[in-house]
Amino acid sequence: MTVDEVSTGSTGTAPVELVTLTIDDVEVSVPKGTLVIRAAELIGTEIPRFCDHPLLDPVGACRQCLVEITDAGNGRGFPKPQASCTIEVAAGMVVKTQVTSPVAEKAQRGNMEFLLINHPLDCPVCDKGGECPLQNQSMTHGQGETRFTEVKRTFPKPIKVSEQVLLDRERCVLCARCTRFSEQIAGDPFIALVERGSQQQVGIYEEEPFNSYFSGNTIQICPVGALTSADYRFRARPFDLVSTPSIAEHDSSGSAIRVDHRRGRVMRRLAGDDPEVNEEWITDKDRFAFTYATVGDRITTPLVRNPETEQLEPASWPAALAAAAKGLAAAEGKVGVLPGGRLTAEDAFAYSKFARTVLRTNDIDFRARAHSEEEAQFLASRIATTSLDVTFADLEKASTVVLVALEPEDENGSIFLRLRKASRSGVKVVAIASHATRGLRKMNGELVQTVPGHEPAALAALELDQDAILLAGERLASVPGGFSALVAAADKAGARIAWVPRRAGERGALEAGCLPDLLPGGRPLDDVEARTDLAAAWGVRTVPARRGRNTTEILEETRLGVVHALVIGGVEITDLPDPAAARRALAKAEFIVSLEVRESEVTEVADVVLPVAPVVEKPGSFVNWEGRVRTFDAVLHEPNSLTDIRILAGLAEELGQPLGFRTVAQARAAMVELGPWDGARIPAPTVEPDTTAAPKRAVVLDTWRLMIDDGRNQDGQLELKATARPAVLRASEATLKAFDVDPGGMATLSTDAGIVSFPTEVAELPDGVVWAPANSGASLRAALGVGYADHVTLSTGSSDGKGAS
Amino acid sequence: MTLTDLTKDELRELAGRYPQSRSALLPMLHLIQSVEGNVTNEGIEVCADILGISAAEVSGVATFYTMYKRRPMGEHHVGVCTNTLCAVMGGDLIFERLKGHLDVGNDETTEDGKVTLEHIECNAACDFAPVMMVNWEFFDNQTPDSAVELVDKLRAGETVQATRGATITSWREAERVLAGFEDGLVDEGPAAAGPSLAGLEIAAERGWSAPSVDEAKQASSGSGDATSDTKTGAAEQADTQRAETETKVEESPADTAKEGEDD
Amino acid sequence: MTDTLTPVLSADWGTDRAWTLEAYERAGGYSALETALKMAPDDVISMVKDSGLRGRGGAGFPTGMKWSFIPQDNPKPKYLVVNADESEPGTCKDIPLMMATPHTLIEGVIIAAHAIRAKTAFIYVRGEVLHVVRRLRAAAREAKEAGYLGTDILGSGIDVELIIHAGAGAYICGEETALLDSLEGRRGQPRLRPPFPAVEGLYASPTVVNNVESIASVPSIVKNGIDWFGSMGTEKSKGYTLYSLSGHVARPGQYEAPLGITLRELLDLGGGMRPGSELKFWTPGGSSTPILTAEHLDIPLDYEGVGAAGSMLGTKALQVFDQTTSVVRCVLRWTEFYKHESCGKCTPCREGTWWLVQTLQRLDEGQGKDGDIELLLDLCENILGRSFCALGDGATSPITSAIQHFRSEFESGLHTPSRELFPPAASTLFAPQTVGGK
Repeated sequence: MTVDEVSTGSTGTAPVELVTLTIDDVEVSVPKGTLVIRAAELIGTEIPRFCDHPLLDPVGACRQCLVEITDAGNGRGFPKPQASCTIEVAAGMVVKTQVTSPVAEKAQRGNMEFLLINHPLDCPVCDKGGECPLQNQSMTHGQGETRFTEVKRTFPKPIKVSEQVLLDRERCVLCARCTRFSEQIAGDPFIALVERGSQQQVGIYEEEPFNSYFSGNTIQICPVGALTSADYRFRARPFDLVSTPSIAEHDSSGSAIRVDHRRGRVMRRLAGDDPEVNEEWITDKDRFAFTYATVGDRITTPLVRNPETEQLEPASWPAALAAAAKGLAAAEGKVGVLPGGRLTAEDAFAYSKFARTVLRTNDIDFRARAHSEEEAQFLASRIATTSLDVTFADLEKASTVVLVALEPEDENGSIFLRLRKASRSGVKVVAIASHATRGLRKMNGELVQTVPGHEPAALAALELDQDAILLAGERLASVPGGFSALVAAADKAGARIAWVPRRAGERGALEAGCLPDLLPGGRPLDDVEARTDLAAAWGVRTVPARRGRNTTEILEETRLGVVHALVIGGVEITDLPDPAAARRALAKAEFIVSLEVRESEVTEVADVVLPVAPVVEKPGSFVNWEGRVRTFDAVLHEPNSLTDIRILAGLAEELGQPLGFRTVAQARAAMVELGPWDGARIPAPTVEPDTTAAPKRAVVLDTWRLMIDDGRNQDGQLELKATARPAVLRASEATLKAFDVDPGGMATLSTDAGIVSFPTEVAELPDGVVWAPANSGASLRAALGVGYADHVTLSTGSSDGKGAS
Repeated sequence: MTLTDLTKDELRELAGRYPQSRSALLPMLHLIQSVEGNVTNEGIEVCADILGISAAEVSGVATFYTMYKRRPMGEHHVGVCTNTLCAVMGGDLIFERLKGHLDVGNDETTEDGKVTLEHIECNAACDFAPVMMVNWEFFDNQTPDSAVELVDKLRAGETVQATRGATITSWREAERVLAGFEDGLVDEGPAAAGPSLAGLEIAAERGWSAPSVDEAKQASSGSGDATSDTKTGAAEQADTQRAETETKVEESPADTAKEGEDD
Repeated sequence: MTDTLTPVLSADWGTDRAWTLEAYERAGGYSALETALKMAPDDVISMVKDSGLRGRGGAGFPTGMKWSFIPQDNPKPKYLVVNADESEPGTCKDIPLMMATPHTLIEGVIIAAHAIRAKTAFIYVRGEVLHVVRRLRAAAREAKEAGYLGTDILGSGIDVELIIHAGAGAYICGEETALLDSLEGRRGQPRLRPPFPAVEGLYASPTVVNNVESIASVPSIVKNGIDWFGSMGTEKSKGYTLYSLSGHVARPGQYEAPLGITLRELLDLGGGMRPGSELKFWTPGGSSTPILTAEHLDIPLDYEGVGAAGSMLGTKALQVFDQTTSVVRCVLRWTEFYKHESCGKCTPCREGTWWLVQTLQRLDEGQGKDGDIELLLDLCENILGRSFCALGDGATSPITSAIQHFRSEFESGLHTPSRELFPPAASTLFAPQTVGGK
């Protein structure tokens, strides 16, 4: 037999050189470089193993996978059994596994016995029991009775290696998968093997817990029950759980996950195995942050505001939909739609069609964050419908990957892990950023030190080749000329661009046409043919042609009374570019319909609140940053939980203009039928950089959200939050001193809107630039009304704000 | 205790002696012990900081090697070899006697803080068995009585000279030398003594020596090249399984072609 | 016919202040270096290869061949690392050599570095030998001051830096890849091979790791030639070497002789066993080599001779035990040593030694169970050749060989403590029958 698709870690598309060998009397041809243990899998022989992991460097430590090699391919055999996880195949090699070799069989049985002598065999109370490689393999390859009657090694148990991860050392078989993961994959060697010999154990330095964004992966790859999560420990038995594959909702990676649930409750989430996307890893946020919809503020019934009491009161669905329809109809098309960035692609499509065919408006914008017209033009011209132009795998093949306004470790952990892997095999990572972060150092990255806002100049100065890839984060929207310079830099070199939004739903919303001037499938609003095409597909006479308003404009014109009503999806007011202005706008709106999972600031001012299903309770698709459609089914089936689609369809029917679909499947079919636009695109933006100098006594703010912060989707996960990085303000010593801030002491950032204080940490930032986390301890948007590349005032201390103007 | 800037400078100096700074970790931990009396948390953190590695990695190293101590040590470290040959030759009895005399167990320090007693593994002086080490200096051919006398002198602060080595200073000062700083005591003690000279003395008595070059020339006429030129042959000649495996693996096709050119 | 003893390395150990450069130069030291620096590196390699010098650290791999494996087309720096981590129980030859005449080693280091084109060399010396570390550091300093180390050595244009590096207590660091990890500031655990150190050793660069005695032998070969070297020893085990005699013998110590001498000859030189003593068992090359008995007194102590007797020449550490000694007690002690020194990386060695010790303790206490001997042999079978490195293999050697030669003594362990059969006091150096007996 011949198998030509084996993951050997090699990239490139050169023809694979095959090597033919014999395993257990079966001839097999596999790519050169394949390890014997994996070659054996291809003929259906599973050699037992513990330390071996296909994504970790071979180590050969556990010795469980010993096989006999009677011919190394040169006519001579190895005198001793060999670890099949460390030996590459060779032409003419003859391998005998436990299936055909009594020597291999005894070696494996003897080794299993050794592994078990100091194992507590506490399977009945161990979380891993029932899904444990040690348990399973000792049943298949071990012997029923042990000859060991002496004293077992014991340790006091367990150790908290972090608030999130616990270690039972007695159960550990010292395969070093966890420590190798931490070192090789995550770059966070905060756990290490300590002590020696029979006392060897996994440990941390006592003052430095295993606070890695990726720590949960060690629990999953632990082949015994040594590593457990505080969250899941002793909560369930594997055989009581139902497993449903899904897609993670916390970033734009589209990571495959497996959700394990029991009687309508999610018990844990695991990484799915998807070599194209997240390989076998996920972030701790994707793994542990799944309780946000069950923390007590879930909206469970429709609510309608009683005009007399001005209170929201529970209502039936028909009553609520009728109330909403009435209010929207009264606005006579002067309605703005803010669907937010967390929707599935299908839900976003429903919003898009609802806005354009039912409300007859183009005032729709998914961007509940800093945004610009330049960005919208960039997305329309270069990103929409360009699926898989740049993929995760491409990152490993690039010559250089340039990061612009993007900190992958915080903002897209899967990209970070892939770039770290790429950097280990020679891909150069370059960050246009204010400082070299821990993440950049872990990617062996090179810093092009840049003041936030000065990206256009930095981009213009880049020397790239056509094998380079530029990854731009959504923060670039805060930089006038940023996306224009990005396109220019890429085009100059013939390099490729990818856009990495933070939220899971943004790319899908872009494809669904949740931008004012971009219709579904990348159809430009200004293109009459595109409009006609869409109207025909949607079975409407026309789609409105008047240019739409973006998020800021919708809110501003709501405040001015031009827009009368708002339909708002999952939007946090404090995420918006100007929360104070947004609040003023919402207060002025005549009518607000809110479609939300949990109570929020919008709920407080909404006239009708329609509860929608959280991701776990609905099917759908996320389109990840690659443009890859990541479809998933509902994990939990709650009959009373409705998708945005179903609710918008009901609303549309009430308004007399049905959407034409009510279910996710129908919406998906409609999207597929519509297809992408194959006509002309609008041109890329050519916006000039802003060259206004910073005001005196002000500093430029660099900021992004740390992966683990105060985001509402992490609510209910105290252990996860306990592993967050500390909230500190970073600046150069010169900057701090210039503003009379004691390096290491407290500093205050202020604007006219308010003040926020942080402990300081000296770091090599350009003078006049400070970095602070966007939402750790305090939301900078909420407190100061500022974000990336904005100007703020820096002063010392934590209370009096004496540096403020 | 806080490490002084001087110590930190010395730690950095050690790091600078190597092509890659992490190589200095073992010497740096020796220096930490000489300053702090054991490997302290602060020492771990400072080493991690200077070398740019995690404290967990430093901790992994510090706990791997038996010479590093995580608990405060006595002024002197007294090691008694209880590996097989020394144990049989009296090391066991010496160690038992010292435990009783000092009223401490293994790896424990006397109440006066003068002596930490530890049984140690083979210290490469088997021809002087039973052997003791004070601050890693040789005390050869010991008996229970001589051992007691030795530790009593140490506790009394009397001057003690190693059998083959220098005047005893202290464990901390010894650690400083191991870290890489000379202490000027190199010229104390003999070049060799006792059993080290056994063969040499017998040869002298009997007038034996290695052949002169001329003698060798006459003797060697006609001797062929019996040494193998190939790795296989070398392996057949080499007598441990390790060498055998090494060669077999090297010759397996999984190895690089370049290796083959060496043959 | 050469003399029975042929002091070369040890020839000057009795000299006053032999460790100083002055004494070494007076004895003709560093003249081999001058010769070698005038030779092309490859010629030095050929010379050492042709001399037949084989590694003196245990494995007996031809030293010159090891040097020739260094890929000279590799652009990375090359490194020479001297394994001075002498820790194998019974082995005590490198330590006195470095204490007495450290310059012999340093001269060898410079010649070897020149041969493999290494600009940086290391001597990794175990940390537990303070005075040896002192002598090495001082010698390296003196050599540098005299222009034998550093840049443009003796005007040759060749640069060699030497770093004296003290370990911190780990037997496993005598294993060459564990030593390299340790020298890189890591836990000293063996590395996967391939890649071999010659290709990816220290800092993933081509590296030669040689034992102290091997390197120290090089100047004599350069100085006197390969015929001289080959005039000593046997056909396949050429040259002279240091035999370390210890235990219940009348005159323990270092004996430098041509390879192939027998234990009987060595014992006879020093007056045999201690008074009243009979040879019971001995190790030919440290505790990792299977034990031998009186019937093996006449085997030639060279690589082939000892191998033919079912053991290994190893480090030529001849630990000799007499009739007062309990073999069970000795085997237990050695096994405890291997358990203590197991690095923990692989299962058979880490867990196997844990189990072996408990089983042997039982037998030593006279509380063995039926089947314990078979259990020990089976556990050894499950460790030997299954562990990651040779430490696990070595741990089984004393057990299997002791059971082979003294099975009845283990059987006694089912009912009688070893201390009753062999009162420990009788074995000591200061036992009544020997004190003053010499």
